[in-house]
Amino acid sequence: MSYAALFWSFCQIGLFSIGGGYAALPLIQAQTVQLHSWLTLEQFTDLITIAEMTPGPIAINAATFVGMQLASVPGAIVATLGCILPSCVIVSLLALFYYKHQNSPGIQGILSGLRPAVVALIASAGVTILVGALFGENGFVWNIQAMDFIALGLFAAALLVLRRFKPNAIYVMLGTGVVGGILYLIAGLGG
Amino acid sequence: MPIQARKLGQLFTSTLTLSACTFGGGFVIIPLMKRQFVDRLGYLPEEEMLNLAAIAQSAPGAVAVNASILLGYRVAGIAGTLAAIAGTILPPMVILSIISLCYDAFRSNLIVAAVLKGMQAGVAAVIADVVLQMGWQVLRSKSLLSIGIMVGAFLATYWLGINVVWIILASGFLGAARAYVRYRRERREQP
Repeated sequence: MSYAALFWSFCQIGLFSIGGGYAALPLIQAQTVQLHSWLTLEQFTDLITIAEMTPGPIAINAATFVGMQLASVPGAIVATLGCILPSCVIVSLLALFYYKHQNSPGIQGILSGLRPAVVALIASAGVTILVGALFGENGFVWNIQAMDFIALGLFAAALLVLRRFKPNAIYVMLGTGVVGGILYLIAGLGG
Repeated sequence: MPIQARKLGQLFTSTLTLSACTFGGGFVIIPLMKRQFVDRLGYLPEEEMLNLAAIAQSAPGAVAVNASILLGYRVAGIAGTLAAIAGTILPPMVILSIISLCYDAFRSNLIVAAVLKGMQAGVAAVIADVVLQMGWQVLRSKSLLSIGIMVGAFLATYWLGINVVWIILASGFLGAARAYVRYRRERREQP
């Protein structure tokens, strides 16, 4: 393994994963498991589990994990930099273009079509997370008993607080983490 | 330049805390950024935030990283971009580095699992709050095309699982077509 190979592999992952999130998974698998044998398939599955449980984009998580396994902290830094380099270049160019031409009617037209689509994409991400919180990994089922009532209560309380008092969202998330953690531990001990 | 220094500090700490609280990656970070940078800090209007989100989604790489590049550039130029990128990638890098060293202990820790489960409900509530607010804006515009794009894009991504790239292309095309039709009509009315 050379640092150059590691850097170049994650450059390609960063460059070709359009759409973000899980769109990057097959690319990461192709580069790290099939092409270079840096990870076994089992380690790759572990990586997905960790990525789901921890914050941050999956591609960054994967870059750090693979880099750490191969060459400790320097490896993690090299892989992560490789992963974000294509984004930095392309998005910077797009930003320059956008701020130069944002008032042209054509760009305004395209963006007026994109904005409602972005709201829909956010809604879709939200529904996926909500279903995951209420019904677990297996997804939605027509069965009230399969529903997690602690999660439902936390969701309803958090939404009420957010709409009513407009607090910093981070406090709400940390709050549900602490309250939820206590409730789940009590429920786990009782059941 | 104390103002610039304060902006860089706010960019770094905001993206750092948001990134540390964002599970699952992808679009989840957009509503959190919207709350922080539009509603709380007032750095840019909501419409521009949605434009930046659309650009972040259209470019290759992780949406969270792309959105930080754009927000950083908008708020404080190139230095802002660097501060925002650093804030966004540090939490996943540090957390993944630690976890990859002691994965087995982390995986089986009951307290960690319970807190993460609680936070999931909180994140879902934050997204629901932002979606209600922004979806209401789209409905209130009374533009059939915008409402159609929002509903259609949601069904396409959530139920049909269509790749986000196609949804972005189609909605951008519809927006551009609407702008073109309006332009033609205005030209015909004033010869």
